[in-house]
Amino acid sequence: MAGELSGILEHVDRIAGLELEGVPPTSHVVELENVLRADVPRPSWPREKILEPAPDPVDGAFRVPSPQAEA
Amino acid sequence: MSELLGLTVAEAAARIGAGEVGAQEYFDAWREAAAGDELNAYLWRAEDGAGEAEGALAGIPVAVKDIFCTEGVPTTAGSRILEGYEPPYTSTAVRRLREAGGAVLGKTNMDEFAMGSSNENSAYGPVLNPWDRGRVPGGSSGGSAAAVAGGLAPCALGTDTGGSIRQPAALCGIVGLKPTYGSISRYGMIAFASSLDQCGPLTRSVTDAALLLRALQGRDSCDSTSVGIEGGVEAPSRGDLSGLRFAVPSELAHDAVDPGVREVFEATLATIERLGGEIGEAPLPHAEHGISAYYVIAPAEASSNLARYDGVRYGMRVDGSRDLVEMYEATRAEGFGDEVKRRIMLGTYALSSGYYEAYYGQAQKVRTKIAEDFAAAFDGFDFVVTPTSPSVAFGLGEKTDDPLAMYMNDFFTVPMSLAGIPAISIPAGTAEPAGGGPRLPVGFQIAAPAFAEQKLLEASYALEQAIGFDAKPGGEDG
Repeated sequence: MAGELSGILEHVDRIAGLELEGVPPTSHVVELENVLRADVPRPSWPREKILEPAPDPVDGAFRVPSPQAEA
Repeated sequence: MSELLGLTVAEAAARIGAGEVGAQEYFDAWREAAAGDELNAYLWRAEDGAGEAEGALAGIPVAVKDIFCTEGVPTTAGSRILEGYEPPYTSTAVRRLREAGGAVLGKTNMDEFAMGSSNENSAYGPVLNPWDRGRVPGGSSGGSAAAVAGGLAPCALGTDTGGSIRQPAALCGIVGLKPTYGSISRYGMIAFASSLDQCGPLTRSVTDAALLLRALQGRDSCDSTSVGIEGGVEAPSRGDLSGLRFAVPSELAHDAVDPGVREVFEATLATIERLGGEIGEAPLPHAEHGISAYYVIAPAEASSNLARYDGVRYGMRVDGSRDLVEMYEATRAEGFGDEVKRRIMLGTYALSSGYYEAYYGQAQKVRTKIAEDFAAAFDGFDFVVTPTSPSVAFGLGEKTDDPLAMYMNDFFTVPMSLAGIPAISIPAGTAEPAGGGPRLPVGFQIAAPAFAEQKLLEASYALEQAIGFDAKPGGEDG
């Protein structure tokens, strides 16, 4: 895979030589301004429903292995 | 029964709405057709159901790309990491289809997380092209395209990030429309590259594409980038192209295009002129850098979007790890396929400190230049036209060892995605593949300014009627 990635990066590098000083970057094509919606309370998703697709739900939470390896 | 399957979506919806055909009868006819899937187009098929007898899509069964979350229905995005996942909610696109009277006929196969141009990156096996089962249907919406072309669905939903609706539509000989970015809500559409992803229809006709777009488009409070359009598109009816100006990119003469594809493209230009349209040339000097910019921006966004698949909240988890990080690593190593891993690595590399400006920053500037090129072209022209794909459908396995060659399939479709503008592929003829074999469909791409969908559909309709494409897949090994 390393060889493939190098080949792709080599192709991508073609844009490195383009003279684009001062060109504004485009991160998004729809021009949007941040707005705040009305602060109206509404029901959240039921906890059980969200936990249902989880690999290891327990006591209303997602259980994961310990963040620290056991000695 | 076969008479029902021969109706266009528009005809069927009208007859179901008028009570001449039952929604259940029509759904069952398509369910039976879908059950005969020998193309691996479907990952899941509805065992029952039917649409409503009212609405713009009254009783219309729709094959939905498996990237759209559908409550209670498996949704995998073609990935092992989401095997067995049943989302707790339904995407806005699917909800709108249902509200218009439509029903989900099945979920279609796709390149994993929509990353691919051949459908060979699906964890559930490749989709076969109905025109020649030794060839790819294109991708990433390959299952949707093959289902419609192969007579397994009357219409389908796909998504297009860099060509994933238009290219498979071209390779399968059907219509594929990528609307303006923001036209259709992305809520519940599993994210690949959020600034590019767009839902759209794959259909047998331009009229059907208009009908689906009308049902799907509109502002959705669940997607802040969705844009509401007054009224929505109408069924196209234009018979000529007089007064319309079509730009061929000046650079196209030097671009790598198969001779057969070029021949069909030029014949289509002649048809445009016969219909009263004007053909000219417009420079799109940065379009050739579209692939480079795209393969920085899309992987960068993907590397962030795919961080969520960590074996904690949904999807698969590899058990037996000593700690949390090992679990993440084992789950992602086993759950993701090679192309997804490749793009995550490209994306994180492009975003890493020290390389950010050179790759991601530069790619975003190229994106600006590509959008400016289109804007300049639309100053003098109504549309920009190109072949949809440089070649007809290629053989299974032909390009799997060369990711860059695979990426080049999107050469003509990526620039429109980067600019966020609408583009359609309509079948324009057939060509013999390089190396010989039965003739295969060729797509003609038309791009228009943002939110000019009505104009795009009118011109496509006039051209479609004049071309009169009526070739059909042979079925048995082409």
